[in-house]
Amino acid sequence: MTAVVAPTAPKRRHGAAATVGRRFILPAAFIVFLIGLQELLTRTDVLPSNYFPPASKIFMAFIDEFSSPALPDALFGTLTTWIQALVISVVLGTAVGILLGLIVPLEAFLRPTIEFLRPVPSVALIPLVVLTIGTGSDSALFLAVFAAFWQVLIPAIIGVRSAHPVALETARSYNFTLWQRIRYIQLPSMMPYLVTSIRLATSTTLILIVTAEIIIQMPGLGYEITMSRSAGNPARMYAYIALSGIAGIVLNGLVRQVEARVASIHGSGGK
Amino acid sequence: MSTLTATAKLNAAAKTRKGRLILGTLGAATAVAAWFLISRESDNPYFPSLEVILERAWEYWTTPEGVNNILASLRTLSGGLFLAIILGVVIGLIIGQLAIVEQAVSPTLEFARAIPATALIPFALMLFGVSDQMKIFLIALGCIWPILLSTADGARGIDKTLSASARAFQITGWKFQTYVMLPAVLPRILVGIRIAIPLSLILMVTSEMVGVQQGLGFVITQAQATFQILTMWSGILILGVLGFLLTFIYSLIERRLLRWADPRRDRE
Amino acid sequence: MLIVSDMEKTYPTKSGGFTAVSGMSFHVEEGELFTIVGPSGAGKTTLLRCVAGLDEVTGGSVTFNGVPVSGPPREFAVVFQDYARSLMPWITVAKNVELPLMKNGISAQERRKRVTSALEEVGLADAMEKKPFQLSGGMQQRVAIARAIAYRPQVLIMDEPFASVDAQTRADLEDLLLRIRAETGTTVLFVTHDVDESVYLSNRVAIVSRSPSRIDEIVDIPLPYPRDQIATKSLPEFATLRGHVFGRIREMVNSAALTDA
Repeated sequence: MTAVVAPTAPKRRHGAAATVGRRFILPAAFIVFLIGLQELLTRTDVLPSNYFPPASKIFMAFIDEFSSPALPDALFGTLTTWIQALVISVVLGTAVGILLGLIVPLEAFLRPTIEFLRPVPSVALIPLVVLTIGTGSDSALFLAVFAAFWQVLIPAIIGVRSAHPVALETARSYNFTLWQRIRYIQLPSMMPYLVTSIRLATSTTLILIVTAEIIIQMPGLGYEITMSRSAGNPARMYAYIALSGIAGIVLNGLVRQVEARVASIHGSGGK
Repeated sequence: MSTLTATAKLNAAAKTRKGRLILGTLGAATAVAAWFLISRESDNPYFPSLEVILERAWEYWTTPEGVNNILASLRTLSGGLFLAIILGVVIGLIIGQLAIVEQAVSPTLEFARAIPATALIPFALMLFGVSDQMKIFLIALGCIWPILLSTADGARGIDKTLSASARAFQITGWKFQTYVMLPAVLPRILVGIRIAIPLSLILMVTSEMVGVQQGLGFVITQAQATFQILTMWSGILILGVLGFLLTFIYSLIERRLLRWADPRRDRE
Repeated sequence: MLIVSDMEKTYPTKSGGFTAVSGMSFHVEEGELFTIVGPSGAGKTTLLRCVAGLDEVTGGSVTFNGVPVSGPPREFAVVFQDYARSLMPWITVAKNVELPLMKNGISAQERRKRVTSALEEVGLADAMEKKPFQLSGGMQQRVAIARAIAYRPQVLIMDEPFASVDAQTRADLEDLLLRIRAETGTTVLFVTHDVDESVYLSNRVAIVSRSPSRIDEIVDIPLPYPRDQIATKSLPEFATLRGHVFGRIREMVNSAALTDA
């Protein structure tokens, strides 16, 4: 027995070390390589340094920004609007999705209108929104919800319909109430669809809020980015672009946590 | 009793193809009629009547200037999407098949993807100035992610038996990529493109709003700034029609390609 | 000659590793039809994948004509159980058979000849331009067999190839295999969980235990070829051999059930 185990055991340990190396050292090395390359190319002016400040300068600008009042304001402005937009579009999209999923004739009746409104790029509404809602965060909220709502609605309808017929018949034969039916059959079977659409909505809403900040010049990360550029401070611009990326990563992570929590409550793993 | 059977009938009708068509047509007609009637009474300057908007749309968008603006938009849109598809698929296939590359680049990609594409507008402006390249760059940059990630997922999760039988018969290299990998991943690529299309429209309009002197986005912002509310509305309408046509045409292409890639679908 | 010697396969898991095959040794003579039979849950498919070079062994060795197998050798062809996935759904039947031949300097003309004769051999000459999904399960598995024949392997490896088709089709395919083997003299390594099938087809039957699986017993099947579904299966020797193999497997399943309880 030991004879069989002995030759494989060191191999496995070697494998574990290799895995750690691959999982942490390799990506870290790649990032260091990219940063180093950028530093080198900009220092040597292969990339014009008035457009591309070296990574070290961007990093310094980033550090400097932490002591400036602009950063917390911008971050707070973007994030609050983002959370509101995400919650509203998910709740609204899911609720309307359940309604249309259950009432088939209504869905058939509204479908062409939905199919027409859905692909309208919500940024096309910016001029209209500026005229009617104004240039405050409500405008960004509206644009973000308009874009993300459809992304949640369509999968929600499909999700409601995906409930297994046997489960539905069980519900019928045991006289489930409508609420019981939604809570124990419809919602769980929607979970996998919702998970995907929430992930989509996360990035869509963030894109639209940043867009609104850039175009309507509403306070937030997008505004700081475009302001830094017009003020001729590219290092600060890149610092804010990086910050928006970091915000995106943190938000994606957060949404995944919530997803996992909700999925475990509903006892359906999603994916 | 009679209402119950009526509801049941309606429910059954809504599940047939013909029933859906009738209900849908009715719904679309109702929506248009409602807009028409409500807006006719409107004295709000920001919400002109549909009749006038349509008149204005016909008037402006059939002139050479209008047509040129539509074409300018379409040109950058197709350029950006094309780039995003080619690069997304190629990089996605590489990342999905080479675990070592995936491990090396995935945190970097995760970060790059998290940057909202429009945050890069100032960067794109710096790089390309106010130009078509700037628009194409921005659209490609924003649209590449869903395509790349979906392709990589598909390549990673390729059917075990399929790849094993290719390997057992020594179908490798280029032949493997074209005959086995690409068709197997095609459904996932198509999903990625479907997600990218609305995004591409958003990015197209946005990039046209920040200084490019042509395109649909330019026209509607310009109209808003000069209080030509009718032109603005007609532009929004055209963008709606464009978005609708684009997704519609794409869904036809997608169905066609899916049937080719996986004929078993049809039997289910 | 195909030699498997003291082979081990361990899959890494969170709790250290799962050993599917351990201390497995046997050899397959040239031109022999060698069958591996065992209860479900024995690492039969794992064993086959390692022999075919699709998986790496974690201990011991697999050699063919003295050369260690690492990666799928050109001399082997594999027929999988899941025909719907092993054939490429997006290309025609003929193209499926032709694809593995599209290198090694085989001319287009030669390829066409081989594709046609292989499909004729399995009785599907009419279905060349069809897509796999347009055929029944049994016919699809014939296409997979035609692909293997056209490849002209020295060893044909078959992983429960007839497990997903109905009984009549199964008997037809078994006889098709025996006929092809009689004509070409190809060595066949066959895996099944069906005792009747193993005894009916083989020169020798290897009974394997549950995982970590190893050879429990190798049974010679001295029944004369050509075999016949009715005549061969009515022979008293067939019944004895079948009873013996079946008894061994049942013992293993029962003792395992006792240990589990």
